[in-house]
Amino acid sequence: MAMETVLRAVWVIAYRDLLRFVQDRPRLIGSFAMPLLFLIIFGAGFNRVIGALAPGVDFVQFMYPGIVAMTVLMSSLMSGLSIVWDREFGFLREVLVAPLSRTGIVLGKAAGNAVIAIGQGIVMLALAPIIGVQLDFMLVLKLIPLLFIVSVSLSGLGILMASRMRSQQGFQMLMQVIITPLIFLSGVFFPINNVPVWLEVISKFNPLTYGVDAIRQVFLSGNLSSASGDPSYAFGVTVFGHTMSIIEDAIVMAILGIILLSLAIWSFSKQE
Amino acid sequence: MDNGTKIIEIQDLTRKFRQLTAVDSVSFDVYKGEIFGFLGPNGAGKTTTINMLCTLLKPTSGQATVGGYDIQKQRRQVQQVIGLVFQDPTLDDYLSAEQNLRFHAYAYGVPRSVREERLTQLVELVGLSDRLKGKVSTYSGGMKRRLEIARGLLHHPQILFLDEPTLGLDPQTRFHVWEYIHALRKQEELTIFMTTHYMDEAENCDRIAVIDQGKIVALDTPDNLKDSLGGDVVMLEAEDSQKAMLELEEKYNLSPQIQEQTITFSVPHGETFLPELMRGFQSKLVSISVHRPTLDDVFLKLTGRAIREQEAGAWEQFRRIMPH
Repeated sequence: MAMETVLRAVWVIAYRDLLRFVQDRPRLIGSFAMPLLFLIIFGAGFNRVIGALAPGVDFVQFMYPGIVAMTVLMSSLMSGLSIVWDREFGFLREVLVAPLSRTGIVLGKAAGNAVIAIGQGIVMLALAPIIGVQLDFMLVLKLIPLLFIVSVSLSGLGILMASRMRSQQGFQMLMQVIITPLIFLSGVFFPINNVPVWLEVISKFNPLTYGVDAIRQVFLSGNLSSASGDPSYAFGVTVFGHTMSIIEDAIVMAILGIILLSLAIWSFSKQE
Repeated sequence: MDNGTKIIEIQDLTRKFRQLTAVDSVSFDVYKGEIFGFLGPNGAGKTTTINMLCTLLKPTSGQATVGGYDIQKQRRQVQQVIGLVFQDPTLDDYLSAEQNLRFHAYAYGVPRSVREERLTQLVELVGLSDRLKGKVSTYSGGMKRRLEIARGLLHHPQILFLDEPTLGLDPQTRFHVWEYIHALRKQEELTIFMTTHYMDEAENCDRIAVIDQGKIVALDTPDNLKDSLGGDVVMLEAEDSQKAMLELEEKYNLSPQIQEQTITFSVPHGETFLPELMRGFQSKLVSISVHRPTLDDVFLKLTGRAIREQEAGAWEQFRRIMPH
């Protein structure tokens, strides 16, 4: 009984969120618009000024994996917004009185969002040839589990924020307050290994930093290794003098995801 | 109505919100197959009681079983045997009617073998077959309500909770909603637990409980409730209400109630009382009428307020919500 209601909740919630997503065309387009704008405008503005950040990697190529991570962040926090939306428009009651486990409902939100995030990540791959990032099959294969971990972790954050919120305006305010520092201090727009110490320290406490780093390593390893003999990764995030590998980044994100999701489940289950 | 089996048993159910006791040690039973009406002014504790029975709120104390399951210890089982139609819509506007119904069927684990047939049959019953593919956002208020009724029944519940099922609907749609409710009860052997503002609709109930300030103040059949007023209802307006009240109390030994200039009281035989009053009444009358008691009169007598005024009297509502 217990396990069955969890699994049923996961699938039915994920199913509905995906249905909503594909039918909501403005959201479909909007989810790509902001990251693309950043990529195009910042790219056009800074690319010539900044030039190559490492041999074989110019500013747009550097920023592009970060933008993919940013897309995931945005859509993950949206999964929180959808809870607030449902609460405001009543649908959440339909969900809460159904024989579904609350844990399953939260996991279903995260799962539905993970599918969306992976889909978005793959759509963003279409830009790679234009920007000059080398793609191969292994890259895509590595990218999928990474997008999954990053999106599930960040959904945990979105759902935790939303678990008690009653108004969309309130949630969006909170989202702005959280999203801006999260993005700017995650190494999306500049490498964080060459900034003032205070900025570096804050960045290392930012969970998104590790998601961005892992996704960037996956994307740029091809460009870097072909351009220079130096195998060490030019933009690597170092923690206590140790440069994080993709796997280590993923583990940090996963642990963080477990904590955030547990808190989200706890908070969501306790509501009346 | 099967008089033997209790399908809802409520004992000393209490819910407090900080200082305010919204539901105060309420006890009653609902029998299998009946239409049970739950009436009360706004803020009396109707919705709080329903929310506890359908597992959305935890009681502060007391207990209740729904369909034989404990509302606190067996929440999943309770959820499985009840269907709900809330006062405010709980549909996903961005999905089609069919997708909303499918979601519900999946969420309640309705077996595939019965799902499609059940869905078609219910949609036909509420007359939405031709609009099944349309997005809910294009539906009118009445259509949404009908869709919610169909959805609430999709998983074969034993008890259907209807919180103000006809609020805000036009008279014709209200009439149809009631047709569905009666048809359903016959077809499905349903028990219906409902709240309503409309006293003429409350006449449809087999039994009615009146709740006021968190307590049950009456529970009986509509006929018995009306009989309990003791005869006919006289309503009059006088030039000086206070003086007329006093005179009625002292000279005729009545207990009149006043509501916006209108004085109301009950007498055993209206036809013979009126001429008698005409002969000896000192205060100047503006108007007078006599009628057989309605549930409106019962409600006024029990709660001191007409139920209609609840919709307008914002200040009154506010005062009642605030802890005293």
